[in-house]
Amino acid sequence: MKPAPFAYHRPATLDEALALLAEHGGEAKPLAGGQSLIPAMNFRLARPAVLVDLNRVAELGYVRAGRDGLQIGAMTRQRAVERSDAVRSAAPLLAEAMPFIAHPQIRNRGTVGGSLAHADPAAELPAVMLALEARFRARGPQGERWIPAGEFFTGILETALGPDELLLEVVVPKSPARTGYAFAELARRRGDYALVGVAARVTLDRRGRCQAARITLFSVGDGPVLAAAAAAMLDGQEPSPEAMRAAADAAAQRDIDPPSDIHASAAYRRRLAAVLTRRALARAVERAAQASQ
Amino acid sequence: MDQQVPIGVTVNGVRHERAVEPRLLLSDFLRHELGLTGTHVGCEHGVCGACTVLLDGDAVRSCLILAVQADGHELVTVEGLAPPGGGDELHPLQAAFREAHGLQCGFCTPGFLMTLVPFLREHPHPSEPEIREALSGHLCRCTGYQGIVAAVRLAAGSAP
Ligand SMILES: Cc1cc2nc3c(=O)[nH]c(=O)nc-3n(C[C@H](O)[C@H](O)[C@H](O)COP(=O)(O)OP(=O)(O)OC[C@H]3O[C@@H](n4cnc5c(N)ncnc54)[C@H](O)[C@@H]3O)c2cc1C
Ligand code: FES
Ligand code: FES
Repeated sequence: MKPAPFAYHRPATLDEALALLAEHGGEAKPLAGGQSLIPAMNFRLARPAVLVDLNRVAELGYVRAGRDGLQIGAMTRQRAVERSDAVRSAAPLLAEAMPFIAHPQIRNRGTVGGSLAHADPAAELPAVMLALEARFRARGPQGERWIPAGEFFTGILETALGPDELLLEVVVPKSPARTGYAFAELARRRGDYALVGVAARVTLDRRGRCQAARITLFSVGDGPVLAAAAAAMLDGQEPSPEAMRAAADAAAQRDIDPPSDIHASAAYRRRLAAVLTRRALARAVERAAQASQ
Repeated sequence: MDQQVPIGVTVNGVRHERAVEPRLLLSDFLRHELGLTGTHVGCEHGVCGACTVLLDGDAVRSCLILAVQADGHELVTVEGLAPPGGGDELHPLQAAFREAHGLQCGFCTPGFLMTLVPFLREHPHPSEPEIREALSGHLCRCTGYQGIVAAVRLAAGSAP
């Protein structure tokens, strides 16, 4: 047996799942796709005393294009999001990023909520949700609350969720007119965690100037990083190649403080951040221009 | 704490009922409880792909699923690929692996096969980049992958 012993619960409803988590306090962990939790348990890096398996809680698996935006249930499989027409039309940035998460065999099990709650600094979804200004709905013994993406990720593998709170859904707001997106990352091999990745959203004004840019980078710090200095440089500017290059350089030099590790040095990560941000901005601007026609 | 959970699974068309400890991995259930040792175990953290099986038709890592989670589901392992009857006949993809030198020691092969069965169903005529991307979730320490790419091409009937 690889994982340490635990008590296993398989609730059929959200209420039951929440009651189980409340009953066991910090001893219990929710099990979503298991693609991060089970490897950690196999190596006994995680030894939860109680597992609350969410896989039978059918009410948490859905993708809906609603009036307020795109709603995605926490237990929606990553593969389902990747294949969803609703996602492709309502959140093209998300659709573009999905195939970069691990391999199809992992995405067949891995969930959207699991990836966000796990909050790996090298993960794609946290950066995408931060770029899209998504809002997260969570519920615990204290009731329900909404958490903006900007307040959700609090550190390496840490989020604003309490131990007895469940992430229920993510809502991606509708995008403004004349908006374009792009996602880019570099990994040693397709499916590996990115050395550096970037998500960009650009909205142009009627004259083709940059009205608002939102750029997030990942695998460069403790969590997804909002490149505020880079975005500010583009505000009100003509999105020329020079302006985009300057903004990308600012992202790499001012907005991030990347780590050196066995995968890449900090200097190499900065270099990648500049190049990938420049490419992502160029594509996002091009798509925003197309969307303006 | 030895909770035993009764489960019922269908593996390669055969129904099995057992009581299992919750911490038993699906890979170990297949190998040790059902004696289906074709599913190999390399890394147990989702990286090598050797343990890949089909769960309700989709390729998944059996080392990252608990046996209790397979309750009520349908599985296919490498033993389920060749036509039933126990003869020498292989699944066309297996035959292509043999023909094109897609294996040497064979440790990685069951995993590759189980990923490629649904892949070829969705991409009957894959391009070379599509094939290489499909293989990226698997490690092979012997072949250098060229023979595996050739085997997929052969099975798909696409020109080299
Ligand atoms: C080989 C391999 C490669 C990978 N590569 C990548 C990659 O490139 N990019 C990437 O982003 N990910 C990658 N992953 C991780 C994968 O995307 C996981 O699916 C994801 O990180 C976790 O999602 P899960 O549904 O499997 O969650 P689980 O593993 O079940 O859970 C993860 C954590 O979140 C908690 N949790 C889950 N759901 C909820 C909820 N609704 N509310 C509160 N807490 C919850 C759990 O208790 C646990 O602590 C990889 C995994 C593997 C095995
Ligand atoms: S043993 Fe499951 S992926 Fe390596
Ligand atoms: S044939 Fe030996 S590992 Fe692939």
